[in-house]
Amino acid sequence: MADDTDDGTETPGDEARDALAAELAELLGDAVVETHVEAGQNLWLRIEIEHWRTAITALRDAGFVYFGFLSAIDWSDAPEGRYEDTEFDGAGVGEDEEETTSATASDTVRRGGGETRFQLLAHLHAPARHAAVLLKADVTDVDGAPASVPSIIDVFAGANWHEREAHEMFGIVFDGHPNLEHIYLPSEFEGHPLRKDFPLLARAVKPWPGVVDIEEIPPELEAQLEAEVMASFEASGAGA
Amino acid sequence: MSPATVSDGARRFAPGAAALREQQAYVAGQAADARVNVELDTGDMTLNIGPQHPATHGTLRIACRLDGEQVIAAEPLMGYMHRGYEKLCEVRTYPQCTTLINRIDWLGSFANEVPFILAAEQLMGVEAPPRAQWIRTILFELSRIANVSLFLGDMGVQIGALTPVFFAFRDRERVLNQIEEVTGGRFHPNFDRIGGLKDDLPRGWIAETHAVMAKMRGFCDEMEDLLMGNEIFQTRCRGVGVIPKDVALSHGLSGANLRASGVDWDLRRDANPGLAWDQIDWRVWTHPDGDSFARYWVRMQETREATKIVDQLLDSIPSGPIMTKVPLIIKVPAGEAYVSTENPLGEMGYYVVSKGGLGPFRVKIRTPSFSNISIVPWVMRGTYVPDIITILGSLYFILGDIDR
Repeated sequence: MADDTDDGTETPGDEARDALAAELAELLGDAVVETHVEAGQNLWLRIEIEHWRTAITALRDAGFVYFGFLSAIDWSDAPEGRYEDTEFDGAGVGEDEEETTSATASDTVRRGGGETRFQLLAHLHAPARHAAVLLKADVTDVDGAPASVPSIIDVFAGANWHEREAHEMFGIVFDGHPNLEHIYLPSEFEGHPLRKDFPLLARAVKPWPGVVDIEEIPPELEAQLEAEVMASFEASGAGA
Repeated sequence: MSPATVSDGARRFAPGAAALREQQAYVAGQAADARVNVELDTGDMTLNIGPQHPATHGTLRIACRLDGEQVIAAEPLMGYMHRGYEKLCEVRTYPQCTTLINRIDWLGSFANEVPFILAAEQLMGVEAPPRAQWIRTILFELSRIANVSLFLGDMGVQIGALTPVFFAFRDRERVLNQIEEVTGGRFHPNFDRIGGLKDDLPRGWIAETHAVMAKMRGFCDEMEDLLMGNEIFQTRCRGVGVIPKDVALSHGLSGANLRASGVDWDLRRDANPGLAWDQIDWRVWTHPDGDSFARYWVRMQETREATKIVDQLLDSIPSGPIMTKVPLIIKVPAGEAYVSTENPLGEMGYYVVSKGGLGPFRVKIRTPSFSNISIVPWVMRGTYVPDIITILGSLYFILGDIDR
């Protein structure tokens, strides 16, 4: 419509998102566990799982009418890249050498918080306000499996397929979803591939052919490679 | 599928830019016509469209339940091309991930790389130098032109006009040549790096690209003459597959499909993640009708606009380095970031979770086609069989972008 863009909203700084976070915390009341703002990037809201549906309904009525996506995160620690010896014990951190790094990392990593294994993740836009919000909710654990969560397809019709995908990939059951069937995988497929304890067979049976695998590189090799590259980089003057 | 059944087309022709017509009214009109044949008791039948059908751009299957020629229910069945990229990204380093990400929307590959790289840069706290951002934006828009120009021709195939698609293939090649000259790859450039770009532009490229942009504007005019003004095309597309604004929003439609329903929303303008779009003069095109024709029209205007964006960017590229200082072995600090951009097909976003290692802990890929196609069960209800093909064509999806 207008030729020129709306300059004031193009790069909302801290203030815009902080104000929005305060406003939404006010709007949702007890449902909000915590908010997190990353300056110039995103706004996270962590919501109590029992308020998941009501909070999303309230957000929609407050102008967040545009559905972005819905998914989940499996926070359990799996030795990345070494799936052959991955056996999820339900207790989180295993007894491997990555124990220290993962334990310290997970303290800082959970921007939206998260005390349980699975976390729901959703993204909503408010086109009229040029704002967006990332929503998170911890899914209650029941013996290592996620408890069922309320479906939001009557709030956002587009959530239908996203919930089906989260169901087949993570095994999260959405109460009130009319058709929780597999969307990508064959109907007889067993298991939930995006769970961290689901082995990636291709990597288990055949080693990675490249030099750099996802596994840690020995520190002395890393330092040597680093020095070589930085030397050539500075010689060429590209970083100046 | 029999080619265009145009005999009953005049009934559906909405003269001029019809105001937003509710789909229910359209369905009611069709039902009234169907009553003429009421003595023919037609039981429900099931019709499979695909998995191998030209309109599906890959292997998408749509199971339709029909009453006569009217669709009662249509359910897309996908997964024929599911490659599990979200899982595969978890066992790769960040630079290795871009190789996979190239293959999501294979007609606009470079545009796929950008949001992922931007998300990783956000987590690392690095920013590409201005020149790199300019070239990124140029290549991004070239991907859009290469991708959408194919749609502009392909839409003709869906209604039985074969010529436009050959023109589209011919002219798209010019754009692909420009991309290849910079990146070395026609379809999978794998050119974007954390902190900048792999290489600078080759000599003489800017003048050549200006010439190609002029050619592509000519291509758009040609398509307008050949296709958009054609009466059969208008009859088959106007008032067909109407998606009202609120339905589009709640289904998460994005890109031209959303703007063709009258929503003035473009991530390039509204949530610019740090590329050069805010440095130049351009506009967002919308259309109030929400039908197949509106979706075609919006994409046509956007292709023209993209050529102008590229022209302006080419004239204002800043000098300087194309790569900032980043470590050789890229370790991304722990954290989470979500970056989405306005890709040729719509909003493509990456939610990247890092635990501080060499590779991402989790990557959620929000692809535009997945959400765009989720409207199919809603929009197909009550339409006729030949319209399935035009509506699918006008929604414009890439199978790799649905199945990931």
